[in-house]
Amino acid sequence: MTKNLRTAAARVRDVGGAGAGAAPLAREQKIELYYYMRLTRTLEERLVNLYRQTKVVGGLFRSLGQEADAVGSAYALDRKKGDILSPLIRNLGSMLVQGAQPLEILRQYMAKGDSPTRGRELNIHYGDLVRGFIGQISQLGDMVPVMAGVTLSFKMRGEDRVGLVYVGDGATSTGAFHEGINFAAVQRCPLVVVVENNGYAYSTPIAKQTAAKQFKDKAIGYGIAAEQADGNDVIAAYEATRRAVDRARDGGGVTLVELVTYRRKGHAEHDNQSYVPEGEIDRWSSSNDPIDRFVKVLTGSEEGVSAAELEAVDRRVTEEIDRATDEADASPMPEPADALVGIYADPPAEQPLWFREGIRAAVEVNERPAGWGTHDA
Amino acid sequence: MPEITYLEAIREALFEEMERDRNVFCLGEDIGAYGGAFKVTEGLQSRFGESRVIDTPISEIAIIGAAAGAAHMGMRPVCEMQFIDFISCGYDMLTNYVATARYRAMLPCPMVVRGPSGGYVRGGPFHSQNPEAAFLHTPGLKIVYPATASDAKGLMKAAIRDEDCVLYFEHKYLYRRIKEEMPSGDHIVPIGKARTAREGTDVSIITYAATVWKSLDAAAELEREDGLSVEVIDLRSLAPMDDDAIVATVKKTNRVLVVHEDTRTGGVAGEITARINELAFEWLDAPILRVTAADVPLPYSPPLEDYVLPQTADIVKAVRRLASY
Repeated sequence: MTKNLRTAAARVRDVGGAGAGAAPLAREQKIELYYYMRLTRTLEERLVNLYRQTKVVGGLFRSLGQEADAVGSAYALDRKKGDILSPLIRNLGSMLVQGAQPLEILRQYMAKGDSPTRGRELNIHYGDLVRGFIGQISQLGDMVPVMAGVTLSFKMRGEDRVGLVYVGDGATSTGAFHEGINFAAVQRCPLVVVVENNGYAYSTPIAKQTAAKQFKDKAIGYGIAAEQADGNDVIAAYEATRRAVDRARDGGGVTLVELVTYRRKGHAEHDNQSYVPEGEIDRWSSSNDPIDRFVKVLTGSEEGVSAAELEAVDRRVTEEIDRATDEADASPMPEPADALVGIYADPPAEQPLWFREGIRAAVEVNERPAGWGTHDA
Repeated sequence: MPEITYLEAIREALFEEMERDRNVFCLGEDIGAYGGAFKVTEGLQSRFGESRVIDTPISEIAIIGAAAGAAHMGMRPVCEMQFIDFISCGYDMLTNYVATARYRAMLPCPMVVRGPSGGYVRGGPFHSQNPEAAFLHTPGLKIVYPATASDAKGLMKAAIRDEDCVLYFEHKYLYRRIKEEMPSGDHIVPIGKARTAREGTDVSIITYAATVWKSLDAAAELEREDGLSVEVIDLRSLAPMDDDAIVATVKKTNRVLVVHEDTRTGGVAGEITARINELAFEWLDAPILRVTAADVPLPYSPPLEDYVLPQTADIVKAVRRLASY
């Protein structure tokens, strides 16, 4: 059922693709935005349960309260044209929009052998060029130069494609961010750089990250366009990013899009957020939750979506995640020796170390000089 | 066919590969209109245009990172580090992103990072480095370091066609000092195969890059003055390393000297020595010796540089010690 919903909505989106310009989103598209936001949140809530059951092997990273900026911005891309994004750790929603499956996410977190990275990488660190997302690495800012290169290839080949890369407020302090955005600006790559300003990089507030008044201002120094939007308003996030995507596709080069949001959970699940001023989190959760806000919009007189319709979406999301959880739980762990496969194309695998082979030591497999006669005695 | 220099051989390989495959492109600092600090890429931009020979900002992270992104999409980028000393500015991008891409994300990353390397040129601490050992320690990268003009050409063509990232170190001392006639046709030197630079039976020298020539000089001197038959193995590739060639020469001479221009501690010679220890210990008649640079940043002034870097006389002395062990 969920699959049908997604397929139907995807069709709507294809029809209303980039050719339609920044036309207002159709009702079905708005319901699809809601679906992806709800899918993100419910999937993460499921992951929390699995984490507490110790079924999540590594850390767990939440995007609670940031679902709108990830989903809205990714929705501005055109999958039919082959647009590609590179998410950051709090952009699960953007990957779901590009077609990532909850089953994949669950297998990743549970370190399963049939996860997209076959147990090599953690959490949402994976990608798929066909569906249009490239997995991040932990070194922040590094995906900006990489996506500069991806979009450089679009330009060199005359392809009508756009790239989008997410960075957090913290990553704007890295050398890779600076070098990548500057390189892309000089080359006029069709790249959108989304700065997801959620207030904190681990425990560090933005006041200790930058002296700039707003991240949007950084665009001036690079000679590129800038957009800024309320990242907790999914439509505003979509529209700001859509302007940047259209600009990139029309040859206008790089845009820095600042989406202002708030990280309601810690850096990862272990983080007790002792550094957050009292009341701050409650204030955001009670008055500025992106899903609550969007539900109000959808069920308001203008959109006229019924509560029952949204509840149906919620049920489908839960069913989809229930099924995926069962399947992921039943997935096998990787075969240990698979660790040696695929470092290079050639050779296809590394040789096992002799003490892992559990057979003869190297000294025995090599022939010995004639006349060195005492070894066998 | 006329003889061409080591530098011209690299350029010829770039020309031929860019003619052959539209996906091959070059990016780096001052490589376009200016032709590069050493003129390796001279003439490429006028032939192939600004979009395929890209002058970049001074941004090694962006050069390597953008190459990786383009490589994911099917391009075949060749990055120039203006001096290989600056590769360390992109160390994170190479070791964390590029080297792991295939393994962690099944993302192909066929790209070449090349640059003028090595000393004996009075370049001082930041224009003379040999950073190969730092990358030999990183699974996922391939490393080549040619010593001859024909290998320079053949390995560049192999590097561009390889499905993974190849670090291509080119020795700037050799750029214009050696010349050779190129083999005809599509000349490819396979990555991972060593070359016997000189046959011998008494002592083996295992080396690569500029010290191949110092080792050959030493071998000639040792034959003339001591009647010693010295074998010189030019590794050409460091990753993957040609264990078969190493073991074969050990079995032949039973005495091994490892020579490299890089500093001593944690250098490639230690890895070669460990491999011989594991694979052919019984064949040794003497402890393996190393001739390397001293463990200091490379100084500028000629008496200092000459004192720090391995010289022919050092190699002669070490081989004599091995022969008389």
